[in-house]
Amino acid sequence: MENLINIKIIDYGMGNIQSVKNAFELLNGKVEIISDPSNIKNADGIILPGVGAFSNAIKNLKERKLIEPLKEAVIDQKVPLLGICLGMQLLADNSEEGGDNEGLSFIAGKICKIPHMEGYRLPHVGWNDVAVKKKEPLFRNIIDKGSFYFVHSYRFECDDEFVVATTNYGQSINAVVRKENVFGVQFHPERSQRKGLHLLSNFVNYIKGTKV
Amino acid sequence: MLKKRLIACLLMKDDLIVQSIGFNKYLPIGNPKFPLEFLNKWDVDEIVLLDISAYKQKRKLNLKILEVLSKSCFVPLTVGGGITSVEDVRKYIRAGADKVSINSSAINNSKLITEIVNIFGSQCVVVSMDCKLDKDGIYRIYKDSGKIPTNLVASDWAKEVESLGAGEIFLNSIDRDGSKIGYDNNLIKEITEAVSIPIIACGGVGDFSHFASGIIKGGASAVAAGNIFHYIEHSTIIAKMNLLQSGIDIRMDSEATYKGREFDKNGRLMMMSREDLSKIEFTRGKEDII
Repeated sequence: MENLINIKIIDYGMGNIQSVKNAFELLNGKVEIISDPSNIKNADGIILPGVGAFSNAIKNLKERKLIEPLKEAVIDQKVPLLGICLGMQLLADNSEEGGDNEGLSFIAGKICKIPHMEGYRLPHVGWNDVAVKKKEPLFRNIIDKGSFYFVHSYRFECDDEFVVATTNYGQSINAVVRKENVFGVQFHPERSQRKGLHLLSNFVNYIKGTKV
Repeated sequence: MLKKRLIACLLMKDDLIVQSIGFNKYLPIGNPKFPLEFLNKWDVDEIVLLDISAYKQKRKLNLKILEVLSKSCFVPLTVGGGITSVEDVRKYIRAGADKVSINSSAINNSKLITEIVNIFGSQCVVVSMDCKLDKDGIYRIYKDSGKIPTNLVASDWAKEVESLGAGEIFLNSIDRDGSKIGYDNNLIKEITEAVSIPIIACGGVGDFSHFASGIIKGGASAVAAGNIFHYIEHSTIIAKMNLLQSGIDIRMDSEATYKGREFDKNGRLMMMSREDLSKIEFTRGKEDII
């Protein structure tokens, strides 16, 4: 049997799903965009992409009845999950974007607006260096210094134990977080050229590793 | 630190990439697939794809083309042209765009900016402004591919789109478009000082040394150009080496960096001396592990 794994991208009506799919197609070949809750079953890895506003995202997830199956897969069955940008922020407990909104609570933390600082334009958009704090599967074979494409106005605040990598924009911003099988990246690996593709392929390899 | 960005602007007219001169003359380049591929390989930081005939012809950008292009694009892709509703934005993003650029339709209906922002977020909305220095010395906004004047003062409009939630401004100078004499740094400075969202400067780059001035003199967060990137091998890498040599922090991941090479006063790559040429050895590039 061919060694392909089932990667499923959650479509909740927001975000650059096509770009994410393009990247995984290049790396793995078997990737599916799903919006039906019953399709989450038998996923080997789940991608939660996202561009947009937190409140809308969580509302859409609820409306499409995706939250319970997601929790079942990620918490009970320990299916690896990668949250990208807004998808990463959805992993937190709550967010102050668009009122006070509850998140998925996969990683304890909250989403706050990046405080305005003189000389730093918001949103934080562009390529920024990422400093890797912990040797993690996502950064295998990627040299410690490298830049990735960010575009966001809110940041993930959480306990240091979950922080894998940070970036600096006048102040420290968590760039990568992880708790067990749940990963979140604030930048867009699908649009961060070779380094980004490399990171995604590391995630694919991580999923393969969990299956052995 | 956050790096400055070098952005390539691909103008599409009737499904062909063109070079634009003064918003009224166009030279054909050809199939959009090829420039997109080489720009991706040559370390560009972002690509902006604008369909300049869509709005006027009351049609949308060809989504089939966008789908194909997006598959070979691994840097952020901003797409504009013909957007008049939130539904259009959804279609463009579905087809592989990461951000959208709106221009005339934002002028005709500024509520559209907020509507898009509420659903897709600020970071998804780039408002494109075509500016021209009027005879009274005030920069004003022109619409419909720079053909129709409006009463909007450029800096006022910039403040308004910022307050409506736009994430970035793509600032184009009609006077400088295709002129090859460099950015209108006064215009860039006026707008960067008026708002606190990032500004992408465009219009007028004729040689590689012009990019740095948009950042140093104008204060832009990103510098863009269209025409200059065609017909020159490694155009974006050479542009980036020029920026690096001007002391600007920019991403350089490519193997071919032109590090240590000299550029003439126009920013063009100089020939190596005979002596240096004779020292060159061919080395095998690192293999990509992906």
